[in-house]
Amino acid sequence: MILLNLLFNLRSQGLGVGTGEWLAFLRGLASGLVEDLDGLYYLARAVLVHSEAHYDAFDLAFTATFKGVELPPKLKDALWEWLQDAKLGEGERVPGDYESWEQLQEELRKRLEEQKERHDGGSRWVGTGGTSPFGHSGRNDQGIRVGGESQGRGAVQVASERRWGEYRTDMTLSVRDFKVALAMLRNLAREGREELDIEGTIAKTAKGGGEIDLHFAKERVNRVHLLLLMDVGGSMEPHAALVSRLFTAAKEMKVFKTFEALYFHNAPYRFVYKSYATYERRLTSDVIRDLTPQHRIIFVGDASMAPWELFNTGFGDTGPSGLDWIQRMSRKAPASVWLNPDPPRYWDHPTVRAIGNAVPMFHLSVSGLRGAIRKLRAGGTPGVGA
Amino acid sequence: MSTTFAGTARYIADEGLLADVNAAVLLGRPLLVKGEPGTGKTVLATAVAEALGVPLYTWSIKSTTKAVDGLYHYDVVQRLNDARFGEGDVRDIRRYIRMGVLGQAFNTEQRVVVLIDEIDKADLEFPNDLLRELDEMVFHVPEIDETVRAKHRPIVIITSNAEKELPDAFLRRCVFHYIAFPDRERMRKIVDVHLPNLSEKLVESAFQRFYGLRRLDGIRKKPSTSELVDWLSVLARAGVAPEELAAKLPFPGILLKQEQDLELAKAKR
Repeated sequence: MILLNLLFNLRSQGLGVGTGEWLAFLRGLASGLVEDLDGLYYLARAVLVHSEAHYDAFDLAFTATFKGVELPPKLKDALWEWLQDAKLGEGERVPGDYESWEQLQEELRKRLEEQKERHDGGSRWVGTGGTSPFGHSGRNDQGIRVGGESQGRGAVQVASERRWGEYRTDMTLSVRDFKVALAMLRNLAREGREELDIEGTIAKTAKGGGEIDLHFAKERVNRVHLLLLMDVGGSMEPHAALVSRLFTAAKEMKVFKTFEALYFHNAPYRFVYKSYATYERRLTSDVIRDLTPQHRIIFVGDASMAPWELFNTGFGDTGPSGLDWIQRMSRKAPASVWLNPDPPRYWDHPTVRAIGNAVPMFHLSVSGLRGAIRKLRAGGTPGVGA
Repeated sequence: MSTTFAGTARYIADEGLLADVNAAVLLGRPLLVKGEPGTGKTVLATAVAEALGVPLYTWSIKSTTKAVDGLYHYDVVQRLNDARFGEGDVRDIRRYIRMGVLGQAFNTEQRVVVLIDEIDKADLEFPNDLLRELDEMVFHVPEIDETVRAKHRPIVIITSNAEKELPDAFLRRCVFHYIAFPDRERMRKIVDVHLPNLSEKLVESAFQRFYGLRRLDGIRKKPSTSELVDWLSVLARAGVAPEELAAKLPFPGILLKQEQDLELAKAKR
């Protein structure tokens, strides 16, 4: 039953283990891959964990399961007993090769027997002479049998050292999530490099009665320009990591016709900044002048500030207020959204409401991002003829 | 043919890696190897092939690579050309189908090792397009309405530099191994292989600086193993005394490639 404990401990560490992976793990056990606890540790980690970020959680679950546990000398027999007890939960699927759970069990039993025979013959599955894949410190040398009382401590000790702590990342939205979302912003058009159009060539050649007529078409390229406008500093500080992930994703995409990231504090005023470290800046009016209907603006900010910071001119500037600048931008590029890292329950605030009226606002979360992208795709009559 | 991998004379792997390689071989699942650049991911496939005494097929992924490229290529232009000028038998479409790396591996009469190198270079959806091919080791060629099935399930090793996150559905089908950056003990062995005649003191104080740099807060590109080896060989040739290393960082450009990192190292000295 101890393996079930491992499964539950993994779940409680937030590592969802699928049926397919679990059965692959059991198949690995049944085929004699595992001779001791170290082997069990490596097999379980290799099959059940898919990212170094989860190694630490796995180590914790493994320690919790096997710490202080006395394993029977013949680990394999114990495993087999466990396998016989195991029942497949309702609704769980037996993987493709096997028609039923019984059949899978039968297969496991056969393989175990084969494995036993091979062992009696004296040829160990694992190597000898200190090159064994499993043993710590040459334990498998000279045919010492694996098993006994203290043999299993190695893996638990290794696991309890928690060497993978620094690789841990408990992310809400990963860079990949952002990229997948942003990839939907493609608005492909035939532009750029010419490539052979096979369909066109065949059609033309057929029409010409077999006389080859090579037909070329422009490559399909993305026409969308992406402008990322990000609020930095102050109340945005706690969200810095999340925002930087969005920035990384957008920057690495390289599918947009142009991509520009600019910064502001609280609201955009007369200037927006290319870099806050160097104060390199652009006139906001220049940015607006360059906007086309193919532009998509993603504002990122918590939108909450003192009312005068939005409704008046900011920081000794003269000219339009922050809200005016936002409205001008969204008029020029109608397909724009505002992503707010604060959850919607904080949105009942005068400045948040005012900005939300000018630009559709979405929560910076998995579902919010999806909605925002839908808005960006639909908004501002993009594409045809524009 | 041997069925287990225990490392080779030139490739020293830790036991976790060996266990994972053997698990992947036995379960018939692709082995996904991730890790910092310069931790020996690609060399692993060569070592596995060598240890098992089987051929290695390498498929290097570029940003423009598509999944079908690894399966087969249908040379339409050649066929059209032959049709026009009456060369060859154009009715036999088979003559214009060329197998890709996976296709070739499926068709060999013995088990082989297939390396899919730097899978993260390709488009986001690339791994998903290979799910069935790697799961069932089979693919369909619609042009000739034929199914190519692996005669012997190849051992598939996939490397990733983690430039892009890989999709979950793909990850679930792989055996995963992360090659950790070598600790001092292992690094010592690696250095000994490359530069056998260094003084103990120089290596010790160079390691001190090297691991110190890697631990710096906010460093953008951590120096890697190969850079350490280069740096050590320059230090030895320039005759830098081990004591000097504590006070200053000679030849910093070998270890640190980004301006910000150089500044950071200067500030923290």
